[in-house]
Amino acid sequence: MTEAEPPLIEIDRLTKRFGHFTAVDDISFEVRRGEVLGFLGPNGAGKSTTMRMLAGFMPPSAGTARICGHDVQDDSVAARRMLGFLPEGAPTYPDMTVTGVLTFVARIRGYHGRDLSARLADAIALTRLDSVRLQPIETLSKGFKRRVGLALALLHDPPVLVLDEPTDGLDPNQKHEARELIRGMAQRKAIVISTHILEEVDAVCTRAIIIAAGRIVADETPTALCARHESGRLDDVFRELTTRSAARAAWERSKTLEDAA
Amino acid sequence: MGVSLIVARRELAGYFATPVASVFIVIFLVLQGALTFNIGNFFERGQADLGAFFTFIPWVFLLLVPAVTMRLWAEERRLGTIELLLSLPIREWEAVLGKFLAAWAFCAIALALTFPIVITVNLLGNPDNGVIASGYVGALLTAAAFLAIGAAVSALTKNQVIAFVLGVAVCFVFAVTSYPLVTDFLSRQAPVLAAIARRLAVIDRFDDFVRGVVSARDLIFFVTFIGFWLFLNTMIVEARKAA
Repeated sequence: MTEAEPPLIEIDRLTKRFGHFTAVDDISFEVRRGEVLGFLGPNGAGKSTTMRMLAGFMPPSAGTARICGHDVQDDSVAARRMLGFLPEGAPTYPDMTVTGVLTFVARIRGYHGRDLSARLADAIALTRLDSVRLQPIETLSKGFKRRVGLALALLHDPPVLVLDEPTDGLDPNQKHEARELIRGMAQRKAIVISTHILEEVDAVCTRAIIIAAGRIVADETPTALCARHESGRLDDVFRELTTRSAARAAWERSKTLEDAA
Repeated sequence: MGVSLIVARRELAGYFATPVASVFIVIFLVLQGALTFNIGNFFERGQADLGAFFTFIPWVFLLLVPAVTMRLWAEERRLGTIELLLSLPIREWEAVLGKFLAAWAFCAIALALTFPIVITVNLLGNPDNGVIASGYVGALLTAAAFLAIGAAVSALTKNQVIAFVLGVAVCFVFAVTSYPLVTDFLSRQAPVLAAIARRLAVIDRFDDFVRGVVSARDLIFFVTFIGFWLFLNTMIVEARKAA
């Protein structure tokens, strides 16, 4: 890949407001092929909202997002063809079997016949779902359900992956496998993962963005991020950045309320 | 269109994967049979037609069709799978159409299972099978009209009970708009609305089919009516999918 290749994900001044509450506040970043971006932040910081807007599921209040050059609003279907998205909580149809739901998604993505079987076999092998292929999803453990969600996102081998908490609910071995999987694909794709597990950032991410109260408070490599605190631990950096900016946001909000009054 | 059929196929299989399908079909057939033979006096009428059968069809549909549609969007929202579905390369209207087609196919299967009554009248007498066929077409279209309403209502909520009750209520409004109760009231209050209301009555249109009259006007009414509700359904899904 050359330097000249445009970023696969471009987010430009993206904002999402719910009434008076600003969930995502004017954030911009780009992700290039080969990057694994860890998207960090406390609960309610706007991670899932950003990812939903990126997936074209939630319309932004302002700003744009593009996947492989396709605007997620104006050219939504083309953008979604390039995207593998794991929504928060990995929702799937509980009464369908693993193969059933994979087949459904593969068909919608335009595969049939031998192509479809090959795609299915690949996704099942990558996420190690072989032993539960024919089981209804409602009978599966949390870890397996998450892997079904992951398989659905990987099915069409998309250039862009957006994974909302891909390792949540996995046991340590499964987490290790999932990270290996992500690392294995990293060269060929642009990947964004959101996570609460900070060790994961060190393990798989080439870059980390921390957001708090809807704003980006840090955007650098995990190593540079760790160096921000004298302890060198990501936990401390995370706590300092997110509590400080949350406090500032709360202060600003009370200030505007006072001004209004 | 192709994508809609894939959605429809999954949705139709979904009905049969749960007891919904068997419960619905059994209740529909029992209710329809009991009403036709006991209240409709199918035998005592001494006529070889399905008048007694078709009289009750819209009312049974009114009650049961919202039970078919209540899960279409409400469940998708409750489970969060709407996020999975609508982040696939699919347009909202394609998903709306697919779900509607699945529900319609399901009602068609239930309706087709009433075939013994057609055999019965043919054995007992000499019915006009053309009229019977047009009655069935009318029944299918009435089901479709109620389904379109129910599906749109289902997209408003993540609660299936609310989707069901609201669905029955809205279907009821469009069932009875030509009844004296409504038209008398409206002609006193707002005569313009009374004329419109009379034309929107789904059951009046259905009655034409039962009499064996298949008119372009009625067909256009149903197509427009269903189209309107599917359009509304798409709007609701677009506006509220992430709500």
